[in-house]
Amino acid sequence: MSEIIEAFIQAIELIITLDPEVMGIAKRSILISSLSTFFAALICIPIGGLIHFHDFAGKRSLIGIIQTLFSLPTVIVGLFVFLMLSRAGPLGIFGLLFTPYGMVLGQMVLISPIILGFTISSLSGVGIEIKDTALSLGATKFQTIVTIIKEARFAVISTIVLGFGRAISEVGVALMIGGNIREFTRVFTTAIAMETAKGEVVIAISLGIILMLLALMVNLVMNIIQYRGN
Amino acid sequence: MNKKLTVLVAMIMLSGMLITGCVEMPTEEPEVLILATTTSLYDTGLLVHLEPIFEDKHNVDLQIISAGTGIAIRHGEDGDVDVLLVHDRAREDAFVEAGYGVNRRCIAYNYFLIIGSKDDPAGIRGMSPEDAVTRIMEAGIKDPQIRFVSRGDDSGTHAREIAIWVSAGHDYEMVRMSGPWYVEAGAGMGATLRMANEKSAYTLVDIGTFLAFAGDVDLVPLVEVGELLFNPYGVIAVNPELHPHVNFEMANNFINFLMSPEIQQKIGEFGVVDGRPLFFPLASDCQRKGCPTWELCKTSAS
Repeated sequence: MSEIIEAFIQAIELIITLDPEVMGIAKRSILISSLSTFFAALICIPIGGLIHFHDFAGKRSLIGIIQTLFSLPTVIVGLFVFLMLSRAGPLGIFGLLFTPYGMVLGQMVLISPIILGFTISSLSGVGIEIKDTALSLGATKFQTIVTIIKEARFAVISTIVLGFGRAISEVGVALMIGGNIREFTRVFTTAIAMETAKGEVVIAISLGIILMLLALMVNLVMNIIQYRGN
Repeated sequence: MNKKLTVLVAMIMLSGMLITGCVEMPTEEPEVLILATTTSLYDTGLLVHLEPIFEDKHNVDLQIISAGTGIAIRHGEDGDVDVLLVHDRAREDAFVEAGYGVNRRCIAYNYFLIIGSKDDPAGIRGMSPEDAVTRIMEAGIKDPQIRFVSRGDDSGTHAREIAIWVSAGHDYEMVRMSGPWYVEAGAGMGATLRMANEKSAYTLVDIGTFLAFAGDVDLVPLVEVGELLFNPYGVIAVNPELHPHVNFEMANNFINFLMSPEIQQKIGEFGVVDGRPLFFPLASDCQRKGCPTWELCKTSAS
């Protein structure tokens, strides 16, 4: 028990003194997960809108498939993207394996179904009367879509935050695609796994604390945005 | 309108941040050398110790991927890494013979130990490795409290463990299936060592990792002498004829760096615990044999 308390105190010290190794890992984690969330959102929110606003055969099964993919295990994504990016794989010529770019790609694959699915749900949450009102006031179809997305913006922001949370906390993609290279692809989760295996509990705990603090901050920011919106 | 403008500015700022962040990622380094290595070498800290020396000397970014020998060799076959630093002679030979690797050298060696709790419930102290594993299995089948933790991850250490079982006349699949006494960790050397320590179990460990963890584990060396406990580490460049994109020149620089007298000396001096070095230098063509145990090394050195 005393070992845990001791480690905890040392962990706080590492954070307060801005230990360069720990800060580097934190910065890298945030950057890689932000980028993957940004690009996944850039692609999936418009596609989600398209799916929501159009009726076509198989729409319900498509949404069902997307929802099933919410629980895609990160190691399966890791394995799949690894096989794609490996020099022996179809995208091997780009040399993306063991780089942060490969990790961004892997995390995009992982969180795209979540962003896509929740975008569709949040758009469905907007009352049909808003669509009708907009149309009856003479809005074009495009203007109607913009109105509905604006109505659903807080739900969409929550979706993005959720995607970020899943990206930054996953370990399968980060380990298999990134390779846990020090000062290059080592992120929170892979560092925690490795330091724990090596018995460096203090660094593992301090990284865990920073990861939790980060989650808290993201939540606070989201609450502020929603509060302002209301 | 004002609000829209704010949102727009915020979005532009955000994308700006993300793009500069992207550019900032350390890929501007002109030269990169990707090394796949074993957890036993990485967990001892030897490579982290040598990394900055090599990087300064050749202005290169050495990127180290630490995994078992099995996955490291797979990365080499696929051409996903430039150079390997592993320890499994049989697979290294197969790798070179199949044309995947060139310029293999042995850079260092140490040896394996069979360790266990002080009271040694199976009574293996001082036996040969073959007799010891046989005794552990017999005792473990009778009393599942007596356990053996295996790496179980296709690493060089795991391959050596299998070789000991086979040399002792057992069918390895039978050993694996013979009961709960045989625990497969599926993890790196450091993690496996800690698991064995938690369970007061027997395990096979390289002396480097064992000494690096010396203060943290209660297990003690019980079997130290035997031909199969000799553990040379080999470095191999990935063949550029098969994978033209690999950084072959820098891989050779790395091999020469490891073979240089200065670095050989540093390897021999690294992390000495109680007068025992973690690794013994072995700048040779892999044909020379080191001494199979610490005791013999000590007498031959003095």
